[in-house]
Amino acid sequence: MKAITARRRRPAAGYAVVLFGLLLAGLSYAAVTGMGAADAASHGITGQPLVAQGRTLFNQSCANCHGLFGQGTPNQGPSLIGVGAAAVDFQVSTGRMPAKEPVAEQGRKPVSYTPQQIRALAAYIESLGGGPAIPSAAQVNPKGANTGLGQQLFVASCSQCHNFVGAGGALTYGKYAPPLTSSTPRQIFEAMLTGPEAMPVFNNTTITPQQKRDIIAYITQTRAEPNPGGFSLGRVGPVTEGLVAFLGLLLFMVFAAMWITAKHGKAHD
Amino acid sequence: MTDSTAGRPGGDHEPTGDFSAGPESRGPTGGDRAEPRHRVIGTPPPAEARSMLKPPPPGSPGGPPPPPERRELPADPSDPVRAKRAERIVVACFVIATLAGVGFIAAYVLFPVHSVSRTLYSNLALGSTMALVFLALAVGAVIWVRHVMPGVELTEQRKPLRSSDEDRAAFNKTFEEGAEASQFVRRPMLRRSLIAASVPAVVAPIVLLRDLGPLPRQSLDHTVWRNDMRLLNYGANTPIRPADFASPGGMITVVPDGYQDDFNALAKATCIIIRFAPGQLQFTSRSAPVPGKVVANWTVDNIVAYSKICTHVGCPAALYEQTTHHILCPCHQSTFDAARGAQVIFGPATRALPQLPMTIDAQGYLVARHDFTEPVGPSFWERGPSS
Repeated sequence: MKAITARRRRPAAGYAVVLFGLLLAGLSYAAVTGMGAADAASHGITGQPLVAQGRTLFNQSCANCHGLFGQGTPNQGPSLIGVGAAAVDFQVSTGRMPAKEPVAEQGRKPVSYTPQQIRALAAYIESLGGGPAIPSAAQVNPKGANTGLGQQLFVASCSQCHNFVGAGGALTYGKYAPPLTSSTPRQIFEAMLTGPEAMPVFNNTTITPQQKRDIIAYITQTRAEPNPGGFSLGRVGPVTEGLVAFLGLLLFMVFAAMWITAKHGKAHD
Repeated sequence: MTDSTAGRPGGDHEPTGDFSAGPESRGPTGGDRAEPRHRVIGTPPPAEARSMLKPPPPGSPGGPPPPPERRELPADPSDPVRAKRAERIVVACFVIATLAGVGFIAAYVLFPVHSVSRTLYSNLALGSTMALVFLALAVGAVIWVRHVMPGVELTEQRKPLRSSDEDRAAFNKTFEEGAEASQFVRRPMLRRSLIAASVPAVVAPIVLLRDLGPLPRQSLDHTVWRNDMRLLNYGANTPIRPADFASPGGMITVVPDGYQDDFNALAKATCIIIRFAPGQLQFTSRSAPVPGKVVANWTVDNIVAYSKICTHVGCPAALYEQTTHHILCPCHQSTFDAARGAQVIFGPATRALPQLPMTIDAQGYLVARHDFTEPVGPSFWERGPSS
């Protein structure tokens, strides 16, 4: 305490206090909202028929919430009968499933299974009651698609939740539309087809597979657009940019004012 | 004041001594009044009063040197070593400012601006060099003041704000003489015509308020939806069969056929249609809309159509969650329950989203039965106090 008392009138003390306060605020925010990384477990089951292997995996990691036969458990996990292979591939390849905890929105996290295991799980769930299949590589290839039409469709049907450039946004009661920045073309296709979590379903007769390719082309091309000013700031819009500029300049002004008016040296007698 | 007096018409009438006489003629008005009267309040006293540049008294070159004057401002910094170091920093700042200024000119010449993405780099270079110029100048100036100049505290007394009685009398005299000389009082036609000329100029801005009108009258009560008008899947602009839109949890934006490019029409007529699983929609038994209930015979195969225009301030409310059947408006978080007639369950909106009456035509496509039965979008004065 004595050391602090002795130094509190130093010129640097004011800056130190402001910096300490900012640091404290930032750290407490990070502590409240921080997220841990999940371990990517690797299960090495091979040499079984795909459906049987998928059933084993399902019983190990999924049946707890979704029921032993995929029929679902009230308030824990929805029925998986009829959701199809596309839904399984989306949920597991983005790391959303297996879920770590029951939260309003399952976010993207490290993937728990190998591609082969995901195929096995998908095959097992498909065997329970059909549903949309995993799209082929050609179906989701954005090369040669109509990016302009893709933008029109994206703005009409997707941008209200996912933002104009796919940066995501908030929904009700803790749910959110995730950013599309790290989604693969196949995952985007599957998400439209199956409507994961709160997302509406855009089936192949509402938005045709060709139109889905156009949307994928728009999303992937938008990622490559340059950021005017050099920083993306999450690409969530002009409000963020204004806020960052405002806060940054405000901080700069505070420090400048403190520096200009600080006492210095000995007064001339 | 002296200038205005000399330039006045009728200068042959010499003004009184008040206008031309120096401060000596003003008589005793206290010690502060001894200064010239054009002295601006708040500025430092004139040079001779501060004695910094005062010439030696006459006859001193031959005589003994005058005693050292007491200076108000010391000539040297309190810490010469520190001042020397600060001087180098200030010079460095000014050199940086010089180079950045040259860099600004160079960036203007060198960076092409023929496309948006190239202009980006030009703007970045121009902005950062100009910011560096001003920042380096400002930092240099502050260091100069803080460390090169001597640090002293000066107290300067303010003069009374009230003008002297002589000044006030002189002003009144000038004003009255000016008023007479302008003939403003003596020539009523001149005066009245001037006043008349200013009246329209004042009234004109009030007339411009007319542009706020005309009143919307009935135009807000109706949209372009008509009987048998097809619903188009917005973006693709294709008509929709209920069988094509069969997946429960589906939601798309629809627009009236023929108006897909008419943004004035779409501003009111745009809708969303939502497909529910059987049993999820809560129907009303009557055909008239009841807040919080879906009109049964306005739906087709568990497909319901709502206005996309939020009833709060008219933002597009289309953040649909298929799990909770919430329709969220992104502007102010008004939330509507799509399964129960889009009634408000959260937020500032006060009315449910209007439901569009739907049926299918002979070819099996979704069409409107008729227009909305209530105005869409935010409330307005002429709408009246209805629900």
